[in-house]
Amino acid sequence: MSELSGMQKTERWLWPIFATALFLLFWRYAVIWTGTRVFPSPIEVKLGLTQLVDGGVLWRDIVDSLRRVAIGYFAAVGLGIPLGLLLGWYPSLNQIVNPVVQILRPISPIAWIPVAIILFGVGDDAAVFLVFLGAFFPIVVTCVDSVSNVPLIYRRAGSNFGLTGPQLLARVVFPAALPQILVGLRIALGIGWLVVVAGEMIAVDSGLGFLIIDSRNSGKRYDLVVGAMLLIGVIGLILDVLFRRIETIKRVRWGFRNES
Amino acid sequence: MSSSASARAAMAIHPTLPSLPIKLRTENVGMAFLREGKTLPVLEDINLEVGNGEFVCLLGPSGCGKSTLLSAMAGFLRPTSGAILIDGEIVRGADPRRIFVFQERGVFPWLTVEGNIGFGLRKLPSKERAERVNHYIQMVGLEGFGKSYPHELSGGMKQRVEVARALAVNPDVMFLDEPFGALDSITRLVMRSELLRIWQAERKTILFVTHDIDEAVQLADRVVVMSARPGRIQQVVSIDIPHPRDISSPRYLELRDGILGQIGLAHRL
Ligand SMILES: Nc1ncnc2c1ncn2[C@@H]1O[C@H](COP(=O)(O)OP(=O)(O)O)[C@@H](O)[C@H]1O
Ligand SMILES: [Mg+2]
Repeated sequence: MSELSGMQKTERWLWPIFATALFLLFWRYAVIWTGTRVFPSPIEVKLGLTQLVDGGVLWRDIVDSLRRVAIGYFAAVGLGIPLGLLLGWYPSLNQIVNPVVQILRPISPIAWIPVAIILFGVGDDAAVFLVFLGAFFPIVVTCVDSVSNVPLIYRRAGSNFGLTGPQLLARVVFPAALPQILVGLRIALGIGWLVVVAGEMIAVDSGLGFLIIDSRNSGKRYDLVVGAMLLIGVIGLILDVLFRRIETIKRVRWGFRNES
Repeated sequence: MSSSASARAAMAIHPTLPSLPIKLRTENVGMAFLREGKTLPVLEDINLEVGNGEFVCLLGPSGCGKSTLLSAMAGFLRPTSGAILIDGEIVRGADPRRIFVFQERGVFPWLTVEGNIGFGLRKLPSKERAERVNHYIQMVGLEGFGKSYPHELSGGMKQRVEVARALAVNPDVMFLDEPFGALDSITRLVMRSELLRIWQAERKTILFVTHDIDEAVQLADRVVVMSARPGRIQQVVSIDIPHPRDISSPRYLELRDGILGQIGLAHRL
């Protein structure tokens, strides 16, 4: 890590580009060597994607996927953080609710698809609901953990300066727990992005997940399947990189010091 | 128990400095923790009177209950038996009039130096708050670091932030729990003399925990020597040397060696 960060600016870009080029090269020759007729080469994928861009469909799919993730994710954040803080703040309440959370948490959101369709019908809401489920439980659990990990010293210092109850929670416990909460939020965003693709394969007729399943079903367009897969990866990476910028905000920077 | 006679003799009366009214007093304070089903006595029969504006050091080996006693005085813990009174009233919880200074780890890392020092001043109008914050930033010598975050500061600077944060709310009593323990020896000496300077300027009542005999004798009006667990008051030594103290004077050495002897250590290794 430290060696990487110590690299020259150009080198930091050069090596990843080199690695990507190597990967594409390997891909290309693997296709040639194996003589596959199904799996597309990088160039075919690029042509396929260009076709989609020109047709104006790709943007719509990307925006649809992002919109579903955004709605489901922000709903999970908006409900999960208050609930997590509450449960972390009142351990006795947490003891009551925790078994339910622990049972629901390991259920893959994919397993909820039939339920989601019953509840919301085939459409946006079902996909959004799946994203919400995927993000909600990790957020609640990290919030509970991070609140209970806040050092006693901070709570004592806060109460020493006259803070009680909600004030102590807002001015001491929450900011103290925030770096750890952010880690959970970042993981939850990643899960949301994983889940939306799965949801779109079944519950809706747009989005990158639908693009994959539709390309396969209507004409076995594996160039588009792989193209959509790569796009999903790139967008997921971009989301993660954007999220990580939050970690450089000074108010939370202290919690991430070792990673810099 | 053979020690109980001497303990009783020691706890009989600990006169405060003659001219000072009593600020804090403990009456037969005992403290026990429950651990693995057994009760672990940590403090026994703590009787102590601290005068208003007095500087008292609690000195004792690691684990003898100094932090526990200080936390009880600050209202973070309830004593198992006995009572702690401040201004004649039983302590029932933490209170901004009595601030506890933790060993630099109590500084809030999510706030700037200014944010930390102003933390207890949220009820003041912002102009007044800024003035007070500036005043204490200067007092502890952190000019120019107001906008810095704790992780950008050294250990000594963080400790200054914590002291300033405590001073800013103008408490009557300050509890300091080995505040300079994590600092290097030079910084520690500087911080001691700065604490004395501040104490002489503001005349707070200070209870200062340390396991360092020299630190206790350099700082305190009186040193309360505690025995190993369960912690009892073994002896109270008045340090009758005016500040600034000459730490090579015969009287200083005599007092220090007296305490060393009391703890059962000759002053040779
Ligand atoms: N909350 C607690 N629960 C159980 N034991 C404790 C607790 N706090 C302190 N102790 C025990 O009490 C003893 C005294 O601790 P402490 O007051 O921190 O000593 P000192 O500050 O003198 O080093 C130690 O043996 C410690 O393990
Ligand atoms: Mg201690």
